[in-house]
Amino acid sequence: MALLRASLPPGELFGALAEFATPAELYHACEGVRDAGYTRWDAHTPFPIHGLERAMGLRASRLPWVVLVTAVLGAVSGMGLQGWVSTIAYPLVISGKPFFSWPAFIPITFELGVLGGAFGAVLGMLAFNQLPTLHHPLFASARFERASDDGFFISVESWDPQFDRDRTMDLLRRLGAKEVELVASDPAEGKE
Amino acid sequence: MSGTQSESNPIAGRPGQTVEPSTGLALSESDPVDHRAPLILGAQTFHAITEAVARPMERPATRGWWICFLISLSMLGLLGVSIAWLFWEGIGVWGLNNPVGWAFDITNFVFWVGIGHAGTLISAILFLFRQKWRTSINRSAEAMTLFAVACALIFPGIHIGRPWVAYWMFPVPNQMGMWPQFRSPLMWDVFAVSIYGTVSLLFWYVGLIPDVATMRDRSAGLRQKTFGVLALGWRGSMRHWKHYETAYLVLAGLATPLVLSVHSIVSMDFATAQLPGWHTTIFPPYFVAGAIFSGFAMVMTLMVIMRKAFGLEQIITMKHLDYMAKIMLLTGSMVGYAYALEFFIAWFSGSAYELFTFKNRAFGTYAWAYWTMVSCNVILPQLFWLKKVRSSLAALFVLSIFVNIGMWFERFVIIVTSLHRDFLPSSWFYFVPTFFDVSTLIGSFGLFFTLFCLFVRFLPIVATAEVKTVLPQAIAHSQEAPAIEHDASGAVGLAREGAA
Repeated sequence: MALLRASLPPGELFGALAEFATPAELYHACEGVRDAGYTRWDAHTPFPIHGLERAMGLRASRLPWVVLVTAVLGAVSGMGLQGWVSTIAYPLVISGKPFFSWPAFIPITFELGVLGGAFGAVLGMLAFNQLPTLHHPLFASARFERASDDGFFISVESWDPQFDRDRTMDLLRRLGAKEVELVASDPAEGKE
Repeated sequence: MSGTQSESNPIAGRPGQTVEPSTGLALSESDPVDHRAPLILGAQTFHAITEAVARPMERPATRGWWICFLISLSMLGLLGVSIAWLFWEGIGVWGLNNPVGWAFDITNFVFWVGIGHAGTLISAILFLFRQKWRTSINRSAEAMTLFAVACALIFPGIHIGRPWVAYWMFPVPNQMGMWPQFRSPLMWDVFAVSIYGTVSLLFWYVGLIPDVATMRDRSAGLRQKTFGVLALGWRGSMRHWKHYETAYLVLAGLATPLVLSVHSIVSMDFATAQLPGWHTTIFPPYFVAGAIFSGFAMVMTLMVIMRKAFGLEQIITMKHLDYMAKIMLLTGSMVGYAYALEFFIAWFSGSAYELFTFKNRAFGTYAWAYWTMVSCNVILPQLFWLKKVRSSLAALFVLSIFVNIGMWFERFVIIVTSLHRDFLPSSWFYFVPTFFDVSTLIGSFGLFFTLFCLFVRFLPIVATAEVKTVLPQAIAHSQEAPAIEHDASGAVGLAREGAA
C-alpha cells in the first residue's frame, strides 16, 4: 500500500542522521543546512520548536485551504439535506412556516460545517504528512528513539542532489552535531 | 498534604526568587519571552518531563488505583443493571406518569454535557488566547470532556421509551419513509452533542499522537506495537510538525464556536418551549457560563487527586490550580448574575405566570433545592477571592465538590421547578426520584470514573510534547532569548549572553 509508506530514497543508503544537544543548536544547524542548499532533509524534535520552519526554509502549511473546502462541503451538505428533506422527501407544515424555512436550519448547517472542517484538518494533516507510515528507516537507529524524548536531530536523505556521504557528514559535524551516523534503507524496501 | 507549603511558594514569590526545595537548585529565572514566573517547577529537563509522565503508566498499578477502579466498575455495573431493567420494564421505573417525571434524566444529561465544556475551553479557547498554563492540564481535561459526553449521550438514548428505534433521531431512511423534523432544537441537539463528541475525540487524538510516539519509543513487545499503531509512525519530523501545528490551530478554531454552540443549543431545548421559567433569551449565555463553571469544578476535583496520586506536583502546580479557581470565581459570578437577572426579568415582564414561577422557585416546595444551588454556586465560590483559599488544596477540593453538587442542582431547579407547576393543574406533581432514577445517576458516575481510571493507567495523562514547549530552554530562535547551557549536573541554566 503506497499510502502506508513514506516516499524514500532509492538504493542502500537512506541518508545521514545527526544529533544536536539543544533546540538552539539545532536551530542554527538547520540554518546551516538550509544555506548549504539541501532540499531533501528534515529535522526531528520531541516538540515543535517555534521558528524552526523558518530556519529550515519551509513554506507555511496549505492545510487551511483543505479545511476551508471540507468545512464548506459539510455546511452545504447540511443545508442541502435539511432543505431536501423539508421540501421534497417529507414536507410538513410546522407552525405555519414555509417548507424551506432556512433560518431554522442554520444550527445543523453550522454543526456539519464544523464536522467537515475537523475531519478535513485531521485527515488532511495525515495526508500531507504521509501518515500512517508505521515503518521508516530512521527507526532502525537506536539513538533516534530519543527524538520523541529529548533528542534533536537532522536527517539528510541520500537522494538530495547535494548529498555526498563524506561532505554531508562533515557539514553536520561542523554545524555542531554531537553524533553523526549513516542510516541504511530498509533492505525489504530497497528491493522493490 | 505536606507539599502544600513549598508548592505555594512560587505563587507568593516574585519571578527569580523561587528555589526548588529538595535540590536547592536555583530555578530557571523568569520566562525569557514574557518575563513571568515559570509554569513548570523544579530544574526540569525535557527528559525529566517524559519520565514524570511515563512513570505512572510503566509501574504496576497501585493499590489506590485498583480501589478506585473497582469502585467505579461496580458503579458501572449498577448502570448496566439499571438500564437493563429500564429496557425490560419501560420508563415507568422512573415514575414517568406526568411531565415532571422525566426531570431527573434530562438533569443528568445537561449536567454531563456541561461538565465536558471546561475540557474544550482549556484545550481550544485557552490555546487561541495563548494561555501556556493550559499545557499541563489540557490532556486530562479533554479526556474528561470525552467521558462526560459519553455519559451525557446515554440519557437521551435510554429515555425515549422504545430504545430500539433510537435511530429515528438520525436522518436515515426508515421503514415508514419518515424523516426528522429539523426545525426542532431537540434535533439540533442530536447533531450538536454527537458532533461535539466526535470533534473532541479528533482533537484529543491529534494531541495524543506525539505522546504515544514517546511511549512507543520507551516500551517493548505488545505495548510497543499498540502504541506504535496509535502513533501512526510519528517521527517528530519538523515537516510533519508544521502541518500538525496548523491542524491543531484549526481544530482549536473550530472547537471554540462549536463548544459555545453546543450548550446554547442545549439551552434552546428549554428556551423555545413556552413554559414559564424556561422561555427566556438569557439561557444560551447563562448555560454556557454554567457549563464552563461546572466543568472547571470537575477538572479541579480530578486534578487535585491526580497530581497527588501520580506525583505530578511540579507539572500541575499550585499556580495552575490558582488560575482554575479564578476562572471558577468568574464563571460562578456570571451564573449568579444570571440567577438575579432571571428574577428581574420575571418582574419586569409583567407576566403573572413568570413571576409565580420564580417566587415558587425560591420560596415554594422546592426552595431547599434552589437555596442549595445558590449557596453552592454563588455564595461559596466567593471564597476564591481569598488567596489563602486558592492556595489550599483541601479548600479547593471541597469547594470544587460543592460546585459540582450546585451545578447539578441548577439543572434540577430549572427543569423541576418549572415543570412541577405547569399551565395544566392536572400535571402538578411533587417530583421525587425513584430508586432507578438515582441508580442511573450513580451508574453514570461509574462510567465516567471507570473510563477516567483506564485513561490515567494506559495513556499519557499530561501532554508531554506541549509541556516541553513551555520550558525556557525550548525557545531556540529568538534573538532576545538567552543561550541555553547545560552544566555538568545536567540541570539547565540560562546564560545571559544573548543568542550566538
